[in-house]
Amino acid sequence: MESSKVIHAFYTDDEVLMDAVKAVKAEHHHIEEVFCPFPVHGLDKALGLAPTRLAITAFFYGITGLSFSIWMTNYMMIQDWPQDIGGKPSFSWLENMPAFVPIMFELTVFFAAHLMVITFYMRSRIWPFKEAENPDPRTTDDHFLMEIPVHDNNEAELTALLSKTGAVEINIVDKH
Amino acid sequence: MSHYEAPIREPLVLGDKSYHDITEDIAKPIEGAANKNWYIAFYISLVAMLWGFGCIFYTVGTGIGVWGLNKNIGWAWDITNFVWWVGIGHAGTLISAVLLLFRQKWRMAINRSAEAMTIFAVFQAGLFPIIHMGRPWNAYWVLPIPNQFGSLWVNFNSPLLWDVFAISTYLSVSLVFWWTGLLPDFAMIRDRAVKPFQKKIYSLLSFGWSGRAKDWQRFEEVSLVLAGLATPLVLSVHTIVSMDFATSINPGWHSTIFPPYFVAGAIFSGFAMVQTLLGIMRKVTNLEDYITRMHIEYMNIVIILTGGIVAVAYATEFFIAWYTGSPYENYTYLSVGAATGPYAWAFWSLITFNIITPQLLWFKKIRRSFIWTFIISIAINIGMWFERFDIIAIVLSKGHLPSTWWRFEPTFVDVGIFIGTIGFFFVLFLLYARTFPVIAQAEVKTILKSSGEFYKKRSEQGIPTKPAINLAGSEGTSDKNNKE
Repeated sequence: MESSKVIHAFYTDDEVLMDAVKAVKAEHHHIEEVFCPFPVHGLDKALGLAPTRLAITAFFYGITGLSFSIWMTNYMMIQDWPQDIGGKPSFSWLENMPAFVPIMFELTVFFAAHLMVITFYMRSRIWPFKEAENPDPRTTDDHFLMEIPVHDNNEAELTALLSKTGAVEINIVDKH
Repeated sequence: MSHYEAPIREPLVLGDKSYHDITEDIAKPIEGAANKNWYIAFYISLVAMLWGFGCIFYTVGTGIGVWGLNKNIGWAWDITNFVWWVGIGHAGTLISAVLLLFRQKWRMAINRSAEAMTIFAVFQAGLFPIIHMGRPWNAYWVLPIPNQFGSLWVNFNSPLLWDVFAISTYLSVSLVFWWTGLLPDFAMIRDRAVKPFQKKIYSLLSFGWSGRAKDWQRFEEVSLVLAGLATPLVLSVHTIVSMDFATSINPGWHSTIFPPYFVAGAIFSGFAMVQTLLGIMRKVTNLEDYITRMHIEYMNIVIILTGGIVAVAYATEFFIAWYTGSPYENYTYLSVGAATGPYAWAFWSLITFNIITPQLLWFKKIRRSFIWTFIISIAINIGMWFERFDIIAIVLSKGHLPSTWWRFEPTFVDVGIFIGTIGFFFVLFLLYARTFPVIAQAEVKTILKSSGEFYKKRSEQGIPTKPAINLAGSEGTSDKNNKE
């Protein structure tokens, strides 16, 4: 049965939080979410989060940009209007290629950077007018919040475990 | 844990700071009211900006002839200012991207303002390619858009078109890099805001950032990849700008050294501008604990390095001009002709401000002095303006044919537009300093334990950075739903 309540455990130190995450993991409790004011290095590993594939997407976006620029320069300069502009050879793309390198480079970077950032915004669901979802405003200042769903009346056991790990505040709240 | 740092390193965050103190210090300039000095500075900048806009409208309405250009010198203040502003922008990307790749922790206190400087400087630079056109209303023709002229395309051989791609890519990528880094900081302001209007604005600006573990993991990867992309980008942008000159056939412009030399000069002048701005900003926003003497010294070291590269480039130009045996080179930029001709004053200003003055930074006392740093940074800003002016105007004033030799005198419109861009830049920067978190608090918090003065002292005494768990301090369970 899906639980309707969650435990919010607050920490005020990143190292204490890391130990707490490891302790809770060792007891085989599921950690729903951790909210942090700044990136805590190693937290994703401790939580067992899969590595992000955003860099891989950037690579493919870059290849797309490069292909687009090659197609564009070839179509416009060689196929559509193969003109003589200052004696530059417009007989084949390769002969005039050095002049296209700056465009090819810039479009590769442009596509890779922007499409990756858009992918990040989509995947992490952040955009203008998006409502913030951190349950407590202190989590963007100096508090770290661990959210654990409550199952089968294990509230007491979980609370005891969390207070042992140094949580400064433990609340049981309805799942939002 | 992983917080060990060599004791030889000086602290980057001074004083006994907690995470909350960092939040408070950075939020204070935003949440408080502006003082009188801010309004005075803003007013002066605004007037300069409006004056510049007036000059721009006058130019566009009347014609480029109101400038001091002539038929031989078609580029002077316009492109000088363009290259100068683009160059200034480069330090921002260097600080945020290159120093990130090199894992330099000292960048964290300065990257936000350096990036803001980049973006505002590129805005100014971006004005010039438009307003120096004879028919700026046709500016959109530089874009390869399908059209009703049988689809008439652009010519991809021209470095001026490469500039369009380079500058627009540079501006847009810098902007998203900066904005993505701002999201957690806007979220911090949003969550502190008490006034409803402020809360609304920062909720909008922060895009609903919530700071989940997964968000942070992606955030860091995106930052790293963007830094990896921005580094070659920043090198390419000024390379492409330098090709406006280097791909020409003018003696003094046609030079293969330009791409790296312009990039080094860009970093040199950009860091000087960062010094100028941060020297004031750390004082007026009370952020002296974050932008420390150490930061100023590190930036001065980058300045002396890139200044050295620029000096070697000047020497190389001189040597090659002699070594080519080409008589034309003798009359061009950085040759004997430049040093003794009608623009000798511009040439010697360049040598004085760019090569001689920065050598003072070899002295540790001067390098660590705020006032000396400020003076030298202003000198470099002037020197680097003259570098671009000398490259452009001196070369054009003495071409292949003696019958085309001419001189350039700027008009008040040339000067007015330049002053206007400086005003516009400071209008944007002053507004930024009042409304944006000027230090990346989320980043500074990650280095607090390794590089904060308080923690460094403690770890020297063998006290761990991790606080002992105080069981009595926990408030135990409270069922919020039942209470309320």
